[in-house]
Amino acid sequence: MTRRDLLASVAAIALTGCAVQTPESGLRFLTPEETASLTAIADRLIPADALGPGAGTAGAARFIDRQLAGAYGTSRDLYMRPPFLPGVPSQGVQSPLTPAARYRAGLAGLDAHCRAAFAGSGFADLDGARQDRVLADLEAGRIMLADGGRAFFELVLRDTIDGFFADPHYGGNQGMVGWRLIGFPGARYDYREVVARHGEPYREPPVALA
Amino acid sequence: MTIRLKPVDAVIIGFGWSGALLAEALSGAGLSVLALERGQFRDTAEDFPPSRAPDELRYAVRHDLVVKPAENTITFRNRADQTALPVRAWGSFLPASGAGGGGVHWNGQTWRFRPSDFLLKSTIIERYGKNFLAPDLTIQDWGVTYAELEPYYDRFEYLCGISGKAGNLGGKIQPGGNPFEGARARDYPTPPLTMPYAPTLFAAAARACGYHPFPQPAANLSRAYTNPLGVTLGACSYCGFCERFGCGNYAKASPQTTVMPVLRRRPNFSLRTGCTVLTIAHDGKGGKARGVTYADESGQVFFQPAEIVVLSAYTFENIRLLLLSGIGTPYDPASGKGVVGRNYSYQTTSSVQLGFADTLLNPFIGAGALGMVVDDWNGEHYDHGPLGFIGGAYLAALATNGRPILNHPVPPGTPRWGAAWKRAVAKSYLRTTRLLASGSSLSHRGAYCDLDPGYRDRFGRPLLRLTFDFHPNDLKMSEFVTARLAEIARMMRPDWLVVAKRQAPYSIVPYQSTHNVGGAVIGGDPATSVVNPYLQSWEHDNLFIVGASAFPQNPSYNPTGTVAALALRAAEAITRRYLRAPGPLT
Repeated sequence: MTRRDLLASVAAIALTGCAVQTPESGLRFLTPEETASLTAIADRLIPADALGPGAGTAGAARFIDRQLAGAYGTSRDLYMRPPFLPGVPSQGVQSPLTPAARYRAGLAGLDAHCRAAFAGSGFADLDGARQDRVLADLEAGRIMLADGGRAFFELVLRDTIDGFFADPHYGGNQGMVGWRLIGFPGARYDYREVVARHGEPYREPPVALA
Repeated sequence: MTIRLKPVDAVIIGFGWSGALLAEALSGAGLSVLALERGQFRDTAEDFPPSRAPDELRYAVRHDLVVKPAENTITFRNRADQTALPVRAWGSFLPASGAGGGGVHWNGQTWRFRPSDFLLKSTIIERYGKNFLAPDLTIQDWGVTYAELEPYYDRFEYLCGISGKAGNLGGKIQPGGNPFEGARARDYPTPPLTMPYAPTLFAAAARACGYHPFPQPAANLSRAYTNPLGVTLGACSYCGFCERFGCGNYAKASPQTTVMPVLRRRPNFSLRTGCTVLTIAHDGKGGKARGVTYADESGQVFFQPAEIVVLSAYTFENIRLLLLSGIGTPYDPASGKGVVGRNYSYQTTSSVQLGFADTLLNPFIGAGALGMVVDDWNGEHYDHGPLGFIGGAYLAALATNGRPILNHPVPPGTPRWGAAWKRAVAKSYLRTTRLLASGSSLSHRGAYCDLDPGYRDRFGRPLLRLTFDFHPNDLKMSEFVTARLAEIARMMRPDWLVVAKRQAPYSIVPYQSTHNVGGAVIGGDPATSVVNPYLQSWEHDNLFIVGASAFPQNPSYNPTGTVAALALRAAEAITRRYLRAPGPLT
C-alpha cells in the first residue's frame, strides 16, 4: 500500500465512519460498546414488562447495525449534493451528516456525558431509573450533543420503533414480539375469510417473510 | 458521443399509466412504438410475489418503488422571496420510478371528476359572480367537458375492472352509489369490495348525519375479472399492503396487470428501461418535435428520432423536460405571463383519528381503495355563497395503511416511549382508525414550477424548483370540511379523537398525497395553456404531453381516473385523426 492509498483509505473511513469489521460479533457497523449502549437505550424506550420483551432484547441494535451498514446508513439514495444551507422547517432536513455518522457521534457524545455525570459509568452501566432520566433529558434538549441531543434521541426512537415493527428478517423484531404485542398478523396476506366478521378477534398467529 | 438510432413512429417518455395507455393504443394502430423508462423493469412474479411484497420497511418506509432523490429530486420553497432547497429525502409525496410507474404502488382510488370540475371558473362566476374569486386565483376551465370524457372514463374502468357502485346511470340516481357523480353510461364492471368494520361504522354515522355514503371506487378488484384486451386480474385478498407496494395477487389494476401482457406480444412495441430522457429535440416554435436524447445506465447517450413524441413522465419531469428543451414560454410569476410551470396545484388533506376502548377494528385488514365515502361537502354540492370559499372535499373512512411501523397510534397525552407508551400501543393498535378529508387545491399566481438556479442532478441539469403554499381559500375550505368530518367522527362515539387540521405553511416533510398536478395545463387558449384539449402541444403538433401536469387546478378526487381518460382521448385523437392528417387537432 502506498502512502497515497493509505491516506485515501483513512479518508474513506473518516467519511463513511466505517468501523473495523468484527466478524465474530456479526456486527457490520457498530462496535460492541455502541451495541451495548443501543441495546440498553432500546430496552428503556420499549421496556420488557408483562406484555413481553423489550426492544433491545428483540434485536434493536442488530437492526440498527444492519441499517447503518446499508443504503440508509450512508444516505446512498438521498440527494446529498452541496450546498447544505439552513432552511425553514417546511423545507425538510438539510444536513450532510449520514445516519451512520450521527450514530457514531451521538453514541460517543452520550457515553462521554454519562461518564462525566455518573463517575465513569457508561449509559449501559446505569440503573433503569437513571437511564430514563438521561433519555428524558436528551428528548427535552437538556443534554447537548454535537449533533443536538434532541435530534439524536428522535433518530434512535424512530429507528428502534421501525425495527420493533419491521419484518423479523431485519433483526429488530425477533420472535415477532413487536407484532405479538399489538396483534398485527404480519405477512398473512389474505383476510378474505374475516373481512366481514366485524369486531371479532383475529386468532391466527403472525407470520413473517422467510 | 451520441449514437443516432433508427427512427420509430412514436417514442414515449415514461412508462407509467399514461405511457402504457398510449403505448397500447398507438402500437395497436400499427405504429412502431418505443417507450423509454428511467427506472427498472418490474413485473408481478419476479418483483412483488406474496413472499416478498408484504415488507413494510422496504416499501413503505424506505420507498423501494419510488425514484431515488439521488437520481432525481426537486427543490422547494413556500414563497418566491425564499431560497429553494433540495428535497433530500421524499416526504409530502412519492414520485414513482420503474415500469408501471405510480400505477404499481398506487392505492387504486379510481374517480371521475364531476361535470362542474371541468367548467370550474365559469361555474363559480355564474353562480356567485366575478368578485367571489380572489384576484390571485388562476383557476380556469379545461376546454374539455365531462360528457366528452365519459366514454374514456368508461373505457379505463373496464380496462381495470374497477369495483364500485354507480350513483348516476344515464341521469337516474342509483341508491347506494354517489348521487353527486356525473351521469355514466353503465355501472362499474365489478361490484364493491366487502367492507371491513371501520368504514361500516363511518357509513352508519354519516347516514345518521343525513349524508349519502357509498363505496370508494377501487382498482383493488372484488372478484377476478378479464378485461377487453383479454387480460385476467385476480381478486383482492384484503392483505393490507397496497399503497407503496406492488400487488402479489394480480388484484390491483396496474400497467402490469392490464396492458403489459398484451404489449409484450406485439413486435412493434418495445420498452427500454434504465433510460433517462435528457431533452426533446425540435425545430423551434411551430415546427415539429424530432425525437429525444436519452442516456442509458452506462451513461451512453443516444438520439432517438420519432414522428410522434409522447411526454408522459411524472408531473414534475414533464414540466422540467419542457423547460430544458425550450418548449413553450416559461411562466413568469411577476407578470403572470407564460405557461410552462404555471398553475401548479396539489391536494388539501386533513384527518381525524379516533380510538375505541373495546371495539376491535383490525386495521391490518385493508386494501388501497377499501372504504366508504361521502361527497356531500364536495365541490358545488353545497352553497358556498355564505361561506366565502370555493371547493370542498370528499370525506372517507378507508381501511388502508394499517401496517404498524407507520401506524401505531396511541391516545392523546400518552408518553412517546417507555412502559406507558408500550401499554397504550398494545391496546390501541387494533382499536383505532382514521378518517380522511381529501380537499381540492386551487391554482394561484404564487404556485408554480421553474428551473432551480443552483442545484443540479447527476447529469448536471438544473433541478425543477417548486414554489408552493396553500391558498387562503383552501385553508378556509379545509377548516370547514374538517369540522364536518369531526362531526361524523363524534357520531361514531369513539372514546378519544384527534383532529389533524391542515395549516400553512405547506411542508414538504409529512406525507400528504402524491397528487402533484398542473404546470403544463390543458385549455382552449394558448396564452393560458400548454396543450390543447387533446393534450397536443400548442407549439409542436406531434408532441403530446400526457399526465396530471394537464390539470389546471385540482378537484378533491384522486387524479388517476382523469389522467387515464385524458390519455385515452388523446390516444384516440392521434390514431383516428392525427395519423390521417398530421397537424393541429383544434
